[in-house]
Amino acid sequence: MPEAPLLELRALDAFYGDFQALFGISMAVAPGQVAAVIGANGAGKSTLLKTIAGLIAAPSRDAVVFGGEPIGGLPAHGVVGRGIALVPEGRRLFSSLSVEENLLIGGRTRRPGPWSLEAVYGFFPVLAERRHTPATALSGGQQQMVAIGRALMSNPRLLLCDEISLGLAPVIVRDIYARLPALAAQGTAMVIVEQDVSQALAAADHVFCLREGRVVLEDTARALTREAVAAAYFGV
Amino acid sequence: MEWINAIVQGVLLGGLYGLFAAGLSLIFGVMRLVNIAHGDLIVLAAYLALVVTQALGIGPLPSLLLVVPLMAVIGYGLQRLLLNRALGDDLLPPLLVTFGLSVIIQNGLLEVFSADSRRLQAGAIETAALPLGGGLAIGVLPLLQFGVAVAAIAGLQLLSWRTPLGRAFRATADDPEVARLMGLDNRHVFALAMALSLAVVALAGVFLAVRTNFDPAIGPARLIFGFEAVIIGGLGSLWGTLAGGVLLGVAQSIGAQIDPGWQILAGHLLFLLVLAVRPEGLFPRLRG
Repeated sequence: MPEAPLLELRALDAFYGDFQALFGISMAVAPGQVAAVIGANGAGKSTLLKTIAGLIAAPSRDAVVFGGEPIGGLPAHGVVGRGIALVPEGRRLFSSLSVEENLLIGGRTRRPGPWSLEAVYGFFPVLAERRHTPATALSGGQQQMVAIGRALMSNPRLLLCDEISLGLAPVIVRDIYARLPALAAQGTAMVIVEQDVSQALAAADHVFCLREGRVVLEDTARALTREAVAAAYFGV
Repeated sequence: MEWINAIVQGVLLGGLYGLFAAGLSLIFGVMRLVNIAHGDLIVLAAYLALVVTQALGIGPLPSLLLVVPLMAVIGYGLQRLLLNRALGDDLLPPLLVTFGLSVIIQNGLLEVFSADSRRLQAGAIETAALPLGGGLAIGVLPLLQFGVAVAAIAGLQLLSWRTPLGRAFRATADDPEVARLMGLDNRHVFALAMALSLAVVALAGVFLAVRTNFDPAIGPARLIFGFEAVIIGGLGSLWGTLAGGVLLGVAQSIGAQIDPGWQILAGHLLFLLVLAVRPEGLFPRLRG
């Protein structure tokens, strides 16, 4: 019998005012699974993560089900308490807070779990050395580590990562992606939005391709061919 | 010696202006809200102290024990019920709402208390002075007022940089959307900031009411002094706000020393000078 999904989206729509950005998205993510969402600019990837995280209100409570509980439409500060954390696109660290303060505020709504200040410093040792530095004074890669650490501090069951490779050198991206399997091994499920398709395919168990707000391709990462991804990605 | 005395009195007056400005600065810093009703809320606190002192038969300084928490509660409610609805990307709606609030407070006070001038009597402390020698003396009440201003601003500074609530204020000010992802309910955070602001306003209102006559119409001038202190000191800096208040107080005091009619004008001229030469203020964003 297949494992009950941790996250289930049921015909999820999302709107910016009158503009509809997502059309009937359905997907499921199991505990510990890494799902990648790929697609061109404007496909709705970030909107999808923001809707799951509660930054954009889902039209109905049942459209987002997490751990068996309908959470669609809950505000973001309520969603994080359920165990969903978002690493936002562009990192968006708090500029007036130090590295440590950024991590501490990430742990403001903590669930029981393995992540603490010391655990994050153990995971990203370079941050321990810079703990009192203003967070936005770090290099791009280190800032991304703070952003991921800040999300982990709430001990999420589901980590949403929005374009974590954006603006980073390839070697830094590889370093960050190399650490993700350790998170999954601890049982943390992940949904990764990524424009770097090869990186996403390498990191994920399951892949969803979005185009114009709709899922146009869904399969296991292993089963997908480069041609199938290209066809879905560009609609050709 | 007269000039030294004028400067000392100006510094002490500056403490009151620092109190006027601190709440204004806090609110602007946390939620980018320019509170046009700030001066009228100071006057509201003064009237609240008047009611408390008359009802309980206590002095204005003990009345702070009631007036400060009452104003904090009013601040929390005001933010939750009214101001949060006006906040958004556009700065204009909160500006208009607080302008309307200013008109409502002034007229409400006029209706209840009439246009008569009032003053709170603090007793012997009003005339007590510490002689410094050479004909110079410092009033105990202005000194107390300055000490309270320094303590209030030090408290706000400590809260901002050393407590989880201060961290929440700064995070929400930096990026309200991402702050929500950290589990912060912005509406609650903003309301706490307004509660804190009005607690400081309560201090300012009571000291104002002891120092000078007040009536329902004097709020807008207090708002201008507060604005001037914030701009002179530098946006986003609480100690800078106190320094701005002190400079404004000294300028007014020196102006009055030259000619009594120049008191207010001298403060405005200093404000214009700072705006022209250093528009970011003299001490912008000092860290704790």
